[in-house]
Amino acid sequence: MQSNSTLTRRRFAAGFAMGSVALALPMPAVALTAEQSQQLIDKVVADINSVINSGKELGGMIADFERIFARYADVPTIARSVLGVAARTASPGELATFTKAFQSYISARYGRRFREFIGGTIIVTDARPIKSYFEVISQAKLVGQAPFDLRWHVSDKSGKSMFFNIIIEGINMLAAERTEIGALLDQNKGDIGALSAQLKTL
Amino acid sequence: MTLVPAIVSQSPRAFRVFLVLTAVFVGASGCAPPQNAPINDPDEAFNRQIHDFNKGVDSYVLRPVATALVPPGGGPISQGVVNFASNLSAPGDVLNNILQIRLGRAVENTLRFAINSTIGFAGLFDVAQKMGVSGRDTDFGETLHVWGFAEGRYLDAPLVGPTTSRDLTGKIVDIAINPLQIWLPAPDRSIGTVAGAAAGVVNRGRYVSTVDSILYQSADSYAQSRILYLQNRRFKLGQSTGEDAMIDPYEDLYAE
Repeated sequence: MQSNSTLTRRRFAAGFAMGSVALALPMPAVALTAEQSQQLIDKVVADINSVINSGKELGGMIADFERIFARYADVPTIARSVLGVAARTASPGELATFTKAFQSYISARYGRRFREFIGGTIIVTDARPIKSYFEVISQAKLVGQAPFDLRWHVSDKSGKSMFFNIIIEGINMLAAERTEIGALLDQNKGDIGALSAQLKTL
Repeated sequence: MTLVPAIVSQSPRAFRVFLVLTAVFVGASGCAPPQNAPINDPDEAFNRQIHDFNKGVDSYVLRPVATALVPPGGGPISQGVVNFASNLSAPGDVLNNILQIRLGRAVENTLRFAINSTIGFAGLFDVAQKMGVSGRDTDFGETLHVWGFAEGRYLDAPLVGPTTSRDLTGKIVDIAINPLQIWLPAPDRSIGTVAGAAAGVVNRGRYVSTVDSILYQSADSYAQSRILYLQNRRFKLGQSTGEDAMIDPYEDLYAE
């Protein structure tokens, strides 16, 4: 790679110009594209397809779903978002405990739903930008049922490309969980520690 | 997703009570549906009482019957019942498609009805689906939406479950204008309603864990079923694919 080391004046100027554009834009140096979002969800879907057709027992499947979730989903952001305003006043320790409890809870909850896809497959069909993130569109094809719509919202704002929302036939995971976690927090009189302990039992 | 099937329409007296109840709730629906309106639930206290009543009906009647008859996940007989009911609802779908001036869908649903009623053995087998004619369910609530009526207020109706004033009006009109109801002689004309109720029982049985998770395992089953119904309904009516329907959790985190 000798040619790379010869820095001509014109190249330097071009590089300098591009560098200043990159500095001026308030976004990560390598911005996420629709294609990259789709590639991420392709991986998630391949993993889910292999779990739902693995023939494992429910417990084994839920453990597998938790691994998928921890690897590809931005769990800290999802946890903060479903806590809503309570997240603003929570201590870092409380948030960390809640995030951990929430990860197991959400994996079990959605793992049970995905388990009903046994024998079916999920196929990624499209990706498009929305606001500052990407929506990857997929279809779940189940045995003896009309296919249904499954969408994934992907962002790299956390520093890594991860999904932060799942929308099943219009039903938005973040919105449904804000309702659920909000009700549980009320039951626990606003105590995030008690809420985290309760999530572990669900 | 109707949690409890519309068994109500099988008995004329129950139907009349139902009409009266509806008349009380169905306010004047204005025009121009706002995109992704927030939840409009001014009758929440009353709705919660009806929700508890419906849960009682579910836990004492519907769930025990459904789980005794239908295995989780269903089977070929369950599928046949659901297909049969779905086929009988096709003439009503076609009528609504025409009222919505969606003639392509009207043709598709007609074709589907013709295929399944003949080579699908009176609708027991969904042959059309395998031939790529999947059809699209619709109802008079959707027709009202197409005509510009707003969603109205959220309702949890007795034996019907989550709905809105517009969608409940739609359900009642659907029964009244159902072509089968008009074409068929007296004892047969309620076949669509009976099949619909049977399909409701089958679906309660085959999706037992999903429905249980909403009704009995969520912290607030009323609020949970309300958000699930509204989001799914708005999605089906094409209202929630817009950007505003979506949550951007990073806005709060990184905007400051």
